[in-house]
Amino acid sequence: MTDYNFAYLDEQTKRMIRRAILKGMAIPGYQVPFASREMPMPYGWGTGGVQVSAAVLTPEDCFKVIDQGADDTTNAVSIRRFFEKTAGVAVTERTAEASVIQTRHRIPEEALREDQIIVYQVPIPEPLRFLEPRETETRKMHSLEEYGLMHVKLYEDIAQHGNIATAYAYPVKVEGRYVMDPSPIPKFDNPKLEMDAIQLFGAGREQRIYALPPHTKVVSLDFEDHPFDPSKADHPCAICGAEDSYLDEVITDDAGGRMFVCSDTDYCRGRVEAAAGAKAEDAA
Amino acid sequence: MYVAVKGGEKAIDNAHAWLAEERRGDPQVPELSLAQIREQMALAVNRVMSEGSLYDPDLAALAIKQSRGDLIEAIFLIRAYRTTLPRFGATRPIETGEMRCERRVSATFKDLPGGQILGPTFDYTHRLLDFKLAAEGEAPQPAEEAEGSAGPVPHVTEFLNRDGLIESEARDEAVPPDLTRAPLELPANRALRLQSLTRGDEGFLLGLAYSTQRGYARNHAFVGELRIGAVAIEMDIPELGFAVEIGEITVTECETVNQFKGSKTEPPQFTRGYGLVFGQTERKAISMALVDRALRWRELGEENQGAPAQDEEFVLSHADNIQATGFLEHIKLPHYVDFQSELELIRKIRAEAEAYQAAQSKTPEAAE
Amino acid sequence: MSADTLQGGFADAPREAARAFRACLDVMARPGTIAEVSGAVPPAPLSIGAGVILLTLCDPDTPVYLAGRMDSPEIRQWISFHAGAPITETRAEASFAFGTWEALLPLAEFPIGSAEYPDRSTTLVVALDRLEPDMGARISGPGIRDVARLPLPDTEAFQDNHLLYPQGLDFFFTAGARIAALPRSTKVEGV
Repeated sequence: MTDYNFAYLDEQTKRMIRRAILKGMAIPGYQVPFASREMPMPYGWGTGGVQVSAAVLTPEDCFKVIDQGADDTTNAVSIRRFFEKTAGVAVTERTAEASVIQTRHRIPEEALREDQIIVYQVPIPEPLRFLEPRETETRKMHSLEEYGLMHVKLYEDIAQHGNIATAYAYPVKVEGRYVMDPSPIPKFDNPKLEMDAIQLFGAGREQRIYALPPHTKVVSLDFEDHPFDPSKADHPCAICGAEDSYLDEVITDDAGGRMFVCSDTDYCRGRVEAAAGAKAEDAA
Repeated sequence: MYVAVKGGEKAIDNAHAWLAEERRGDPQVPELSLAQIREQMALAVNRVMSEGSLYDPDLAALAIKQSRGDLIEAIFLIRAYRTTLPRFGATRPIETGEMRCERRVSATFKDLPGGQILGPTFDYTHRLLDFKLAAEGEAPQPAEEAEGSAGPVPHVTEFLNRDGLIESEARDEAVPPDLTRAPLELPANRALRLQSLTRGDEGFLLGLAYSTQRGYARNHAFVGELRIGAVAIEMDIPELGFAVEIGEITVTECETVNQFKGSKTEPPQFTRGYGLVFGQTERKAISMALVDRALRWRELGEENQGAPAQDEEFVLSHADNIQATGFLEHIKLPHYVDFQSELELIRKIRAEAEAYQAAQSKTPEAAE
Repeated sequence: MSADTLQGGFADAPREAARAFRACLDVMARPGTIAEVSGAVPPAPLSIGAGVILLTLCDPDTPVYLAGRMDSPEIRQWISFHAGAPITETRAEASFAFGTWEALLPLAEFPIGSAEYPDRSTTLVVALDRLEPDMGARISGPGIRDVARLPLPDTEAFQDNHLLYPQGLDFFFTAGARIAALPRSTKVEGV
């Protein structure tokens, strides 16, 4: 790929994205418009995350890509290869080894460190979009801090279902100011949004970038009598036995058989290896 | 023991190899050349150039070949390539009045200076399959050539303008916004809207334009003029101090003459809709003009009927087929995690509801 | 154009700019953090730090305002050659402004963004004499675990700026090759 620049994008495009990232960092949770470019992969497949990663990666980085928590899903493979080719960066499947992690729909189970950056792929960055389809209106609502519509929606859920009927992309309030879409992560991951690492969110098709600096206050919306509940399937992982990780449900036969396994494949592998290591030590 | 699904890398490699094989088809059949596509699939090439926003027939032909004839996929290839190209500058606005017309029709005047030129159109062909083409016979007889019109061909709308019968379009020297370099911001001005429409999906615009004809913001459009032909591209060269012709492109221009407006103080005037698209792309250019006109309701002081074609945010946000197809097709990607979280939630809500019903049925007085 | 104008740019722009941006991101994400950058050698009095920020973030799309002694023909030429950024004499047009604190005052004319687009604000790159870690004003807010310190040239101005949140200005500070930052989101408590 010698015909293309380091990390694919031309320098002027990267500068434009970098400026947007810095403004996003200065106004946590606010969606900064940016002139998203057509990327060589389709809109909706991570072009926002890819553009943010391209603007952030240095030759020294070690890059990890996950989709649904796994490194080996096809779209994660495709994006990882893209940066291997265009930026020549080292890649890894191990969360702890990565300096930049691009993700779709999950936050790794292992707590991220100060020296790490996580880049989220975002399909619809506007948390109010499904309540109000017009950008001109939702932008006004953010500027006026007018979030009543969101609370009404959540409250109607409770009235109808006895629960808030949002299981992923669960809205959060950032530093008491902006209501933000955390991307379609399961609400189980919401508490992890307060972390030590830098968090960047890229929505390519919708042309928005937003950010959370480390240690930013991120509160999942709820009500006093219906506190936020980051629930998950009530099972241990069938492979590693973890009881604290988010689980994929796997159908094992056509007679209703199913099992639950860690969605974070690196976390699961790490636990299995650690257990094997402990066993070997015991034997020795 | 269960092992998580692996093999993404291998699956991708194999899929790509299979795709390449399918693209080529039966190797006994001669391969298509780019020249064949460019010359014999010219209208597909034109669509790819216009919605790809890149005037290059050879690259468009390559994209069509590579995409197995999926034109939206071809447009995507062109867009992704275009965005990597360095930008040397902007040309002067093209002068369509100087167009070397190969087709020019007006639905408003029977005869007019410059004449009507039917040109290479499907309009009056009988849509009967021509089985002679299947025989791959000889080249068709060349058409009789009339004497080309010399000099500029005036626009029909200018005849009306002379009498003040149509709104005049003020010359605007402002640099238009660039949709490919700045995020779409609403409300948009007309220049930005036209830019979005000319690279918008032909089918989407056709549907919207058709909806205006059927009464969803009907604006009584006449095709004042439809012209197709080559125009010169000129660029100012600062070092030289004058403009140089750097090439020629073919465009289709459609100007509609629409329902008039007026008031007690102002005499009524016809209004305009405008379409301009790369290549011979009549359906798109006419659609564009109708949608442009519908979107102008506010500036012309018309009623907002709530019609889709009047809704700028709706039209501009959904006209781009590369954005649309990407997001539509992304739902093929795994959503295990989101779906799992919904599964858990629905199970929880159902369990609560069932527990409630069970409790109700145990206390008969409460269940009445 | 003098020979000096041609000197002092990034030798390998894609990679050096990438590293420099990570330093910019790091200090903006963690106010109080000081980073060291390299790769640009601009004409004095523009520091290495300011030069690196300029080459990393400024280009033909970002009007640059040069305050006080930063506005010299040498610096203008250097910026024009290496970044292609237009120089503006109007503070209200500036995407970026470079100068000492005194020269940049008063701040009132720099855009703070609008309620709907608070990002459309100027980023000020303030030249300081020294930039030492763990000194100066106590600061808190996003990016800071509890409390951090940053040697700021003023207190009240930054407190006033924070009160405009989410509108407001964002600041880089430079001294030699060192850079630090203070976004509008940071609360400044004084020394």
